[in-house]
Amino acid sequence: MFVYLGRRLNLLFITLLILCIASYTLAFLFPGDPLTNLSGNPTTSDDQTQQLRMMYALDNGYIAGFWQYLKLTLSGEWGQSLTSQNPIFSDICQFLPASLELSLYAMAVSLLIGIPLGIVAGLNHRRYTDMGILSVSLIGFSMPVFWLALLLILVFALQWGGLPMSGRVSLIYDIPHQTGFMLVDILRADIANKQQVLMDALHHLFLPTLALSIVTSSLVIRLTRRSVINVMGSDYIKAAYAKGLSRTQVFWHHGMKNALLPIMPQLAMQFTVLLTNAMIVEVIFSWPGIGEWMIQAIYQRDFPAIRGGMLAVSALVVIVTISVDLLIRMIYPLSKKQLHAQV
Amino acid sequence: MKNRTCLGLMLSCIVSVGCQDLNDAEVKQKGLIYCSEGSPVTFNPQLDISGTTADAAAHQLYNGLLDFDPETSKVIPALADSWLVSEDGLTYTFQLRKDVQFHQTDYFTPTRPFNADDVLFSINRWRLPSHPYHKVSGGIYPYFESLGLQDIVAEVNRLNGYRVEIKLRHPDSSFLATLATDFAVMLSAEYADNMLLAGTPELIDSQPIGTGPFKFEHFRKNNYIRYYKHPDYWNGEVYQEQLIFDITPTSSMRLAKLITGECDVIAFPAQTELRIVDQRQDLVLDEKPGLNVGFWAFNSARPPFDDPRVRRALAMAVDRKALLDAVYSDSAVASKGLLPPTSWAFDENQREIHYNPALARQLLDEAGIKRGFRMNIWAMPVQRAYNPNATKMAELIQSYLDKVDIKADIVSYEWATFRRLLKQGMHDSVLIGWSADNGDPDNFYRPLLSCSAIASGTNRANWCLPKYDELINEALRYTDEDSRMHYYHQVNELLVEQMPLVPIAHAYRFQAYREGIIGMQINPFGGIRFGQVRKEGR
Repeated sequence: MFVYLGRRLNLLFITLLILCIASYTLAFLFPGDPLTNLSGNPTTSDDQTQQLRMMYALDNGYIAGFWQYLKLTLSGEWGQSLTSQNPIFSDICQFLPASLELSLYAMAVSLLIGIPLGIVAGLNHRRYTDMGILSVSLIGFSMPVFWLALLLILVFALQWGGLPMSGRVSLIYDIPHQTGFMLVDILRADIANKQQVLMDALHHLFLPTLALSIVTSSLVIRLTRRSVINVMGSDYIKAAYAKGLSRTQVFWHHGMKNALLPIMPQLAMQFTVLLTNAMIVEVIFSWPGIGEWMIQAIYQRDFPAIRGGMLAVSALVVIVTISVDLLIRMIYPLSKKQLHAQV
Repeated sequence: MKNRTCLGLMLSCIVSVGCQDLNDAEVKQKGLIYCSEGSPVTFNPQLDISGTTADAAAHQLYNGLLDFDPETSKVIPALADSWLVSEDGLTYTFQLRKDVQFHQTDYFTPTRPFNADDVLFSINRWRLPSHPYHKVSGGIYPYFESLGLQDIVAEVNRLNGYRVEIKLRHPDSSFLATLATDFAVMLSAEYADNMLLAGTPELIDSQPIGTGPFKFEHFRKNNYIRYYKHPDYWNGEVYQEQLIFDITPTSSMRLAKLITGECDVIAFPAQTELRIVDQRQDLVLDEKPGLNVGFWAFNSARPPFDDPRVRRALAMAVDRKALLDAVYSDSAVASKGLLPPTSWAFDENQREIHYNPALARQLLDEAGIKRGFRMNIWAMPVQRAYNPNATKMAELIQSYLDKVDIKADIVSYEWATFRRLLKQGMHDSVLIGWSADNGDPDNFYRPLLSCSAIASGTNRANWCLPKYDELINEALRYTDEDSRMHYYHQVNELLVEQMPLVPIAHAYRFQAYREGIIGMQINPFGGIRFGQVRKEGR
């Protein structure tokens, strides 16, 4: 286990290092002055320029420069945005939780819907139930998420009314920013009519979460179904039936765990897909998350912000992937052989 | 445990949808959401002439000495109770209102009410280059500079705590109107002193303090602006606890938010969306003729457009009636001259140029313009009330010019670049327009075509005729409307002869909001105002 842990942490470290190298290189590849791309400070005076060059060690070659960049990045000094002049790191800290929040809820909903439906479909292999669920999931799977989001707005917000189509909570409510997770912030905030604000936030969450989880649920359904079919056709299940166990007993005692286990890593991987989708959905629902923030940065050619956003999102994806992997291995220790084979 | 709470929340979310009525009257009463079209550049309207800045700051945060009555467009008292103009029209004395309180916020607590010092500070800031605040936040005061006001105002004196005297170098009958515009706001001298001591003078424009109905709370660029009610507002009670600008650049998105109730009022509904607003029971659409003009200007600095015959010929070659029908779809009136019919100086009997392609060709031949001559038409890339679709209009003009054997190329750039190149005079002709800042006719004639307006970049025709400048200056020497009219008639006659630009249309101004919002008024010019707006419970 420790060897495995070491390997994974090693992988994490190296991947993050490569990401840092990539983001540092970006500063030189983007059009414009690398110094401005790094610091986000459109320097006016020579003094200031000199000071910033010192800070980023730009005159000491790429290696020293990168080392300096790494130190600054680790200390949270990510430069500032060209357009708003806000520190990028604090901007990211503000916007990233909104994306995370949305993705987490969408993931929870997808699992909640996807796994039971997948199991039902798998157990009724080649019957009408199976085909029904499969076709619905195929439809959900084939819809582009941005189109689906627009459709949901059209139907639920504009046609039927009642559901909001933008933002996280009505701007009427002034929720102080604490953790960045809206529901948590509301619960912790010192405001009257908390109940009502919470309801409002949930209303705002509904459509984006739905748009995201329809696509992901379809994937979860298909994964679960396939795995259940495989397991239910295996020899030990046949043996269990032969022992005289009922269908329910066989599934709950022998099928369920064995079916879900192999797809756990794949389910966890859906989180990264989800995060990507979330960034698209954010733009449509004006959800103030990292996706919308980065799109704005791209529109405005805000290179320091693009660089910072890219680094933050990719680092997050890498960290989530590796930690989920570790977690699963800790909960379900597999044979050593498999460990080595599946890196 | 965390997961379970989270799941629980999601479930309750699903359950709650549909059975919970969000629009709880009591809470929604406490705030008004206005979906605006963009982020303001600054919160000091002295520093910027864009409508976005005026909307966000002018009437929400500040007051001027004078104001316009939105109904009659006449100058009315605001922070100045009353005023006197001397016989020679050179000295203006203002009696200031007492007990006008500045905003109290986290960052500033006023110790005294508004008085003469604030007037002196606010005017001297843009007037005197030696003023400690003149250079702060860029040091450019475009509106005052385009009028040359820093040279017109000779001195500003404090007579006592509540009396101020302003002396002019020569009479200017539009001076009171200028003081009533969105740009002539009154800042707090005390706050400015504090900021200067703290070494952060530039904060005065980003964390504003004023006397207006709302005080500044928070601004997140491209996201929202939040204002709180100013409890001690001098001019009647402010009904809304909060005012929020939800910055939504896309017009269709604003309409959608209005329909879902996420906005109470929206900025600039697009021409194509007006019918939707009109048809819905829960939305209100107001319209009013605006004080603006959309026009086609010729760059008279470039031959052959320096020849009035060519400009007249081009004006005759185009059927303006058709342009109006195709582009404005019933939301504008055809122009006779620069002034819209709502202006008091509008001339009903003004001579116009009529569509006559044959005569146009004849004039062009006289001026020596060959058949097949190439010129360009710059079409602005953004929608404005005075021209909702410049590209379409340019295409129509292109086809008309084709009939008189002139080949036109349509040129467009991104808006900022467009304006920059336009100022450099790279165009042959351009489709653009003007929205007035005040009700005075001088606000059309001077910024659009006077010689000094070439430098400040509002004279798109780069046209300069000393006789024209003389006439409009002469008109300002008189205060009675009849004498001024006399000069403006001569000016109009001159413009028909010279045709530096072809006026096309005066567009209506539209305002869309939800049923139950009381007190919204369309300001024919200048920024939106929310001070007296309230909501009625559903």
